[in-house]
Amino acid sequence: MQWLFEWNSTLRNVLVGSAILGVVGGVMGSFALLRRQSLLGDALAHAALPGVCIAFLLTGSKAPSGLFLGALVAGVLGALFVLIIVRGSRVKEDSAIGIVLSVFFGIGIVLLTYIQNLPLGSQSGLDTYLFGQAATLLREDIRVMAIVGAIVLVLVGLCFKEFKLLAFDREFGASVGFPMRGLEVLLTVLLVVVVVIGLRTVGVILMVATLITPAAAARQWARSLGSMALLAGAIGGVCGAAGALLSAGVPHLPTGPTIVLFSSAILAVSIILAPGRGVVWSWLRARRLTDRVRRENLLKDIYRIGEAANDWEAAVSLERLQSARGQAGQGGPARATVARTAQALERSAQVERLTGGWRLTADGVESAERVVRKHRLWELFLTRRLDLPSDHVHRDAEAMEHTLTDEDVLELERTLGNPSVDPHGRPIPPARRDPDADQGPETGRGPGAPIPEEGAN
Amino acid sequence: MNWSDFFHSSSFSILLVGSFVAASCALLGCFLVLRRMVLLGDALSHSVLPGIAIAFLLTGSLASFPMIIGAGTFGVLTVVLVQLLNRSGRLGEDASIGVVFPAFFALGVLIISRYARDVDLDIDCVLFGEIAYTPLDIWVLGGVELPRAAWVMGGILVFNVLLVTLLYKELKVTSFDPALAAALGLSPLVVHYILMSAVSVTVVGSFQSVGAILVVAMLVVPAATAFLLTRRLRQMLGLAVVLGVLSAWSGYAMAYALDCSIAGGMATSAGGFFSLAFLFAPRRGVVARAHAYRRLRVELSGQLLLLHLRAGGDATDRAASAHRFAWRARDLRRAVRPLLASGLVEQVGDGLRLTPRGERALQEQGTAPLAHRES
Repeated sequence: MQWLFEWNSTLRNVLVGSAILGVVGGVMGSFALLRRQSLLGDALAHAALPGVCIAFLLTGSKAPSGLFLGALVAGVLGALFVLIIVRGSRVKEDSAIGIVLSVFFGIGIVLLTYIQNLPLGSQSGLDTYLFGQAATLLREDIRVMAIVGAIVLVLVGLCFKEFKLLAFDREFGASVGFPMRGLEVLLTVLLVVVVVIGLRTVGVILMVATLITPAAAARQWARSLGSMALLAGAIGGVCGAAGALLSAGVPHLPTGPTIVLFSSAILAVSIILAPGRGVVWSWLRARRLTDRVRRENLLKDIYRIGEAANDWEAAVSLERLQSARGQAGQGGPARATVARTAQALERSAQVERLTGGWRLTADGVESAERVVRKHRLWELFLTRRLDLPSDHVHRDAEAMEHTLTDEDVLELERTLGNPSVDPHGRPIPPARRDPDADQGPETGRGPGAPIPEEGAN
Repeated sequence: MNWSDFFHSSSFSILLVGSFVAASCALLGCFLVLRRMVLLGDALSHSVLPGIAIAFLLTGSLASFPMIIGAGTFGVLTVVLVQLLNRSGRLGEDASIGVVFPAFFALGVLIISRYARDVDLDIDCVLFGEIAYTPLDIWVLGGVELPRAAWVMGGILVFNVLLVTLLYKELKVTSFDPALAAALGLSPLVVHYILMSAVSVTVVGSFQSVGAILVVAMLVVPAATAFLLTRRLRQMLGLAVVLGVLSAWSGYAMAYALDCSIAGGMATSAGGFFSLAFLFAPRRGVVARAHAYRRLRVELSGQLLLLHLRAGGDATDRAASAHRFAWRARDLRRAVRPLLASGLVEQVGDGLRLTPRGERALQEQGTAPLAHRES
């Protein structure tokens, strides 16, 4: 690490400043994200600008502490105005945020251009607040950022449980006696503080990304608020440091946008890849489901064709199976899909291939019966319990047969009084196995579930 | 200064362009406000930047048409991305907006600062615009000499007026009752995309003359002000346009006086109009409601007092009455004054007595105000 500190003090300042901002922004952004106040941060950042200008006009200096205070007051005022507008009129929150954002910023621009046209020597540099200019961060700025950031993090740590309540169940918090209004104010003020320390580094416009983007990325991976906030802080910190390093190494690469693009890239990757939530994950899950539904349908179709012909030995041809699901191109499956599904079933020894097509194996019959059983029991349930006409229940049962669990079906059977025929007069296959002992393929034939003496084959 | 001079002055150009921008934005802004999509409009005004930058890099010029295409593309891309993220359930709507537009804006800034440094595509310019420079760039069309920005924004204004007129019914139904719209066979999604495309085009056109922030101000603030003042869509549209144009003119006057950013001045004065409406709107404004509340209180106290006087008989002591209702002396004075003035009570020494007229008035009004108090 020694080389870093000797290397270049400007780079060190930028690096440390961006990293601090990333960590604190990510943590606070998590709360803003969960409270659906992502864009309040945007409004606060814009609202801070006139505060900076007024502080400069009043003090006549660019000392960070004065400008910091001005921005803080203006930011809090902006948040307050949003609240007043929403409470005091029929204007909705999004409009209120838009109004505060654009009008405060307009006032800020008026003041900024007014200051620039004043005959003063030291006015230049205020516009670094617009786009941020991490390179102008001084040692003193870093110290302020570190101290303020640490205070924010400590407060968040101390009030973590309370803020969690605020984010997830405000009413419950209020009912058990937490001062929710006060906590809300505290959280908003902390948000303003973070926004204000970020202005110099990333600027007014991109500040919102420093808050929200790492939090949104963390949200994809995390399962709890704590881990989300920590992860968001980590992502923010890493992006801050990486963005600062890259923009220092490549000419004409502004720091703020680079940081934002880094975190946006991490967000994109998270949305695509995150386990459980990611796009790839849900695509795979949907595909697995589709495949299972196809396999179950095919087993059921072979079973029903055999049942109708009362011939369980005959092979069922591909054409037959295809037409059982409707015409291809009109909601029916493609020929290749049916063939692929049948091959998959063949691999798991549920069907066997004969010359003219496929036939169920003993295992296949068992699986097919399970599906048919669910289907017919559900049809019966709909006609008996919901008084639906028997010609209206098939489609619903087509869906339910793939979602009902074995336990559901036993329950259903008990409720219906162990019926043996469905509403269309077809037999309901009895349960083969005790679902509690579902592990082994051939074990656990329960006493309450008699096996038909002759299998389907 | 005579009229001919005025029409050729830079003030006229600026006012004309400003009015066109204000009117175009206000029209669409009304629907954004009603549909609660203001922040998507805000996002668009930032996220079209890479489109502008790329169009510039490809064509090497600041011509309007390629920029509108480029920016329109990124505008639609933003709307689609936000929609996809939100629909997928992975992020809320606010967060979807909050992550998409900074990413695009950052991309735009990066492209400009890396590849277009030496040209007049200044980021400051994009943000606050340079309406002051519009008079320098003149186009002559059909013998009429106007700033280029005026032609562009005039075209966009005509387009927006046509859009709102032709699709008035569709926009109205989808804004107020999307379910009904769907039942009627109007796709809310199609209308959404049409509206957002129009917003993108308007944003780009306005961008070059007034910058991103003024666009947001003009989209939101006049429309929200009109929303406070009326409950009818037609009136809201008209009012928003008038308020937008007024904001543009007064903002220019302010900028002229203070020697500051014109776009900033226009946004500020739009904010001023909103504050006025917020405070003083008839019936719904803060002042009107406070006033109505006070009147109601005085009326109610008066009635309570009448009932109290009737129950107490002759010349009830003032101090005792005030004590009865835990009123301060000022509350009592406030309640008594209108009763004395309308002759419902009369002064007897230090006490008050119901007049026959007051008796009659009570009979007509009933004893409702006191009923819940004594029960």
